Amino acid sequence: MEPVIEIEGLCKDFRAGFWRRRMRVLHSLDLVVHQGEIFGYLGPNGAGKTTTLKLLTGLILPTAGSAHIMGRDLTDVAAKQHIGFLPENPYFYDYLTGREFLDFCGRLFDLTASDRRDRISRLLRLTEMEEAADRQLRKYSKGMLQRLGLAQALVNDPLLVILDEPMSGLDPLGRKAMRDIILQLKAEGRTIFFSSHILPDVEVLCDRVGILVAGQLRDVGRLDQILKTETESIELTLTHVPAEVVATLQGLAQTPVLEQPDGVLIRLPDEQRLDMALRAALAAGARVISVVPQRVTLEAHFLREVQGAAR
Amino acid sequence: MRISAIALNTFREAVRDRILYSILAFALLLIGASAILASLSIGQEGRIIKDLGLASSSLFGAFIAIFLGIGLVFKEIERRTIYAIIAKPIHRFQFLLGKYIGLVLTLLVTVGMMALLVVGLAWAIDGYWTPGLLAAAALDFIALMIVTAVALLFSTFTTPTLSAIFALGVFLIGRLSGDLKIFADQFAGLGLRIIVNGIYLVLPDLSRFQIGSRVVNALPLDSADVTWTVLYGLAYILMLLFLAIGIFQRRDFK
Repeated sequence: MEPVIEIEGLCKDFRAGFWRRRMRVLHSLDLVVHQGEIFGYLGPNGAGKTTTLKLLTGLILPTAGSAHIMGRDLTDVAAKQHIGFLPENPYFYDYLTGREFLDFCGRLFDLTASDRRDRISRLLRLTEMEEAADRQLRKYSKGMLQRLGLAQALVNDPLLVILDEPMSGLDPLGRKAMRDIILQLKAEGRTIFFSSHILPDVEVLCDRVGILVAGQLRDVGRLDQILKTETESIELTLTHVPAEVVATLQGLAQTPVLEQPDGVLIRLPDEQRLDMALRAALAAGARVISVVPQRVTLEAHFLREVQGAAR
Repeated sequence: MRISAIALNTFREAVRDRILYSILAFALLLIGASAILASLSIGQEGRIIKDLGLASSSLFGAFIAIFLGIGLVFKEIERRTIYAIIAKPIHRFQFLLGKYIGLVLTLLVTVGMMALLVVGLAWAIDGYWTPGLLAAAALDFIALMIVTAVALLFSTFTTPTLSAIFALGVFLIGRLSGDLKIFADQFAGLGLRIIVNGIYLVLPDLSRFQIGSRVVNALPLDSADVTWTVLYGLAYILMLLFLAIGIFQRRDFK
């Protein structure tokens, strides 16, 4: 697979406060994103996600290190010919209509008038914005701006689509639509690099993720690889459990045994404890309803990374 | 193509903004009111129309240049509209030039309307054309282009409020610096003379662009002088734009 984004030792300092003190917000980032993958760039607020995306799109200039997009250095404006970028909470010109704004974006890519017309009508359809296309942008809702933002990011038929928090500010329907579009873009062979902190969406979409904490990349890899190694607990549900056995089970369990109308729910830390619990329960005449291993969710893993960094 | 796209977009944004219409309506009203004032004077009607009309057009032109110019870049950064633009294959200097040309285009239309109104009113009252009025308006327009470039320059690195103060300061001092220099050369001590001369050299001498009174009094214009003034203005604008681009190239859009 061809690398689409190659980042080497990328650093960014900002100056802050009265004395203009240097603060490093991105520490020597190394990252490669391959063609055709959906890469989720995760991290808490202030981790440096947006900083990275702004470096990739030339909005801010690196303090050190380099980045290449499809083999071209970032400083080369031509590198942007194949990038589509959706900024976080996008905001555009108040007094333009949606169609005029998309046309303006098409002109910035030197598209011909007929190309612009075709693409714009296709993108308006894709983002379900046909009805609002001739309204001025100051009358758009946040969700509509987000959709238009996506449309403008795709106006040049980009090979690499960079999305900064594409799900933020969208209602469940909007998020579903955004997910579907992202998957469609992948199916068309495009590479998608997006930042997010809405983890369930990331879990559904991403081929690989990178976790950024306090400006440092803590973890990169395929989701199943990152999460596979960690089975957090096993949930065991039983019925017909005699009262005296519940006490034994409690001794084995990680958390208090939950008595439910149709049985008891026991959360066990590992398989050894599961064996012991099953033996004790079956001997006492209990019946097994289910045994469910609890994989670590991305959320739990993420929290652990963030807390680990804080320590 | 890219510069023209930005310019056209800037122009379209500006002409749909209500602020522009408020200033323009007020300016046209004032020019119209000068006709009433003129009717009170005997035998000087045309003169008053021309004097007041040119002065109003120049003053309101400067208002538009400053108040639209100071937000030109700052607003794009603050509202983050610039994010989607800079991420596209466009050089930063192209963006800045496009913004500048777009605002100059806006000024051309508005100041043009004011100038035409002045010429029309003068013609209606005098009963004959004064083409020199258009020349005076054109030369003043170059002064407005300088003011726009000053506002744009400040807009690339500071807030609209500070930009407005600086640009207004440059406009006022620029209009007076010629007189100040003459005054200082004749009466001031050495220290003050050096300071005034320094200011005169650094800030644009906008009074050079005011030929309205010569036109109104039907005095002859020195074409060499006018040519030099035009060249001076264009050189000054280029210098300001280079400076603005130099600052803008290095900026982080946070």
